[in-house]
Amino acid sequence: MDTGFIIEKFILVVVIFAISLVIAMYSTYAERKVAAFLQDRLGPDRAGPFGILQPLADGVKMFMKEEIIPTTSNRWLFIVGPGLALLCACIGTAVIPWGTPVLIAGKTVSLQVTDINVGVLYIFGVVSLGVYGVMIGGWASNNKYSLLSAIRAASQNISYEIAMGLSIIALLLMTNTLSLKEIVAQQHGLNWNVWYQPLGFLIFMVCSFAETNRAPFDLPECETELIGGYHTEYSSMKLGFYLFAEYINMFVSSAVMATLYFGGYNYPGMDWIAAHWGPTWAPLFGTAIFFGKIVFFIFFFMWVRWTIPRFRYDQLMNLGWKGLIPLAIANIIITGIVIAIIEKF
Amino acid sequence: MSTQVFYFVATLSILFSLMVIFAKNPIHSVLYLILTFFTFTVHYVLLNAQFLAVVNFIVYMGAIMVLFLFVLMLLNLNKDTEPSKSPLIKIVGVIAGGCLIVTLIGSLKAASISSPLILKNPGLGLVENLGKELFGPFLLPFELSSLLLLAAMVGAVLLSKRDEVEA
Repeated sequence: MDTGFIIEKFILVVVIFAISLVIAMYSTYAERKVAAFLQDRLGPDRAGPFGILQPLADGVKMFMKEEIIPTTSNRWLFIVGPGLALLCACIGTAVIPWGTPVLIAGKTVSLQVTDINVGVLYIFGVVSLGVYGVMIGGWASNNKYSLLSAIRAASQNISYEIAMGLSIIALLLMTNTLSLKEIVAQQHGLNWNVWYQPLGFLIFMVCSFAETNRAPFDLPECETELIGGYHTEYSSMKLGFYLFAEYINMFVSSAVMATLYFGGYNYPGMDWIAAHWGPTWAPLFGTAIFFGKIVFFIFFFMWVRWTIPRFRYDQLMNLGWKGLIPLAIANIIITGIVIAIIEKF
Repeated sequence: MSTQVFYFVATLSILFSLMVIFAKNPIHSVLYLILTFFTFTVHYVLLNAQFLAVVNFIVYMGAIMVLFLFVLMLLNLNKDTEPSKSPLIKIVGVIAGGCLIVTLIGSLKAASISSPLILKNPGLGLVENLGKELFGPFLLPFELSSLLLLAAMVGAVLLSKRDEVEA
């Protein structure tokens, strides 16, 4: 293989990895600021101007804390759990197209690590794998609350995966491809999928809240019932890994939502920009727009968290099995009928 | 390159599947089984069957094994709760294992190194081609198997429902 190609991809992977970590870091800060704003407080404001260095202080604190591994726990799995959670959160970024190819120093660079032709299914697989980190950590802690939390996480994840998959099928009926690159390319300008699949998007979004264990579906870490949930026994940076994995998951699912339904790097007037700004700056502007959409979705995650109270467990299951799944199936049937009618006439 | 990767992954497959059997703790067995399925996914990718690879990844690793793990965690099996086996079961196990070994040795003796299989259509495993095959020549078996799965699903729901009414 070409060495230049490998170096190019390596740099891209490192940059994306760094960006996801930085965004996850500042999501913790943003979460506290948004919570403060919604509750009419100030939030962290001591470390640096507007408390902007707070994530660094938190990181140092996490690393400095004493590391405790309970003697009754399963030592290896206890260590593997948080690592697996973080790994599964990070590998989802590999198939997301961050922008159109950019001309850098006379060389056209693709802003997607790899364009596999089953990209959507890959994302889906990574999401379904994410629950293992929680399950293994919760079981290995050898604590009843952690175990209950792990079991909750597993059943919640499996239930909402079904509705999520069904909502994507309706989208795939329209796009005719599983490659994320092509799905984004089809949404040129303002021709976004969300106008055609509003119901599908709504189902997908609710399911991604459940898959990332975010409020109002954060039952695995429901502190009033389960102390800390699956990370009750964790301390130091292993706890930090779990918390970090949640924020990276949020970042990845925001990116996936923006890619599938909100046009990714597409925006109205992109042809004019492409004609006037040249092949280097126009794609980068598109990428900036994409990140703007992602940041909006991350904000939306936080907005919901501090607005809607937590569901009860039976409400969660009822919503998933009796609400979202029939709705998603109806969505598939309607989409199929409409496509058949359009192709006929 | 591809052959070396195959031998490496195949060794891992065998190693992990042996670990499934030899692990004392059932949870460890399931975790090794997950790793075994992961190596199968790599095998499918090596065979250029991308769709099968990713479906194996989602369905087996992401859903079925989660349920396995889920059930085992609820059962909370460990050495204390393991029922002691009677000598009869042990003898039956030894006989069955011996039969398996004889069969394996017999089949290994009969086997010869086959010439590598060349696929007529190497792109068959891609989503588009697979879909056309499934919904073209294989439409009837495909639909029948989906009916079978639906029947099994409805049956499972019905069985669990009846328990609820009686209780």
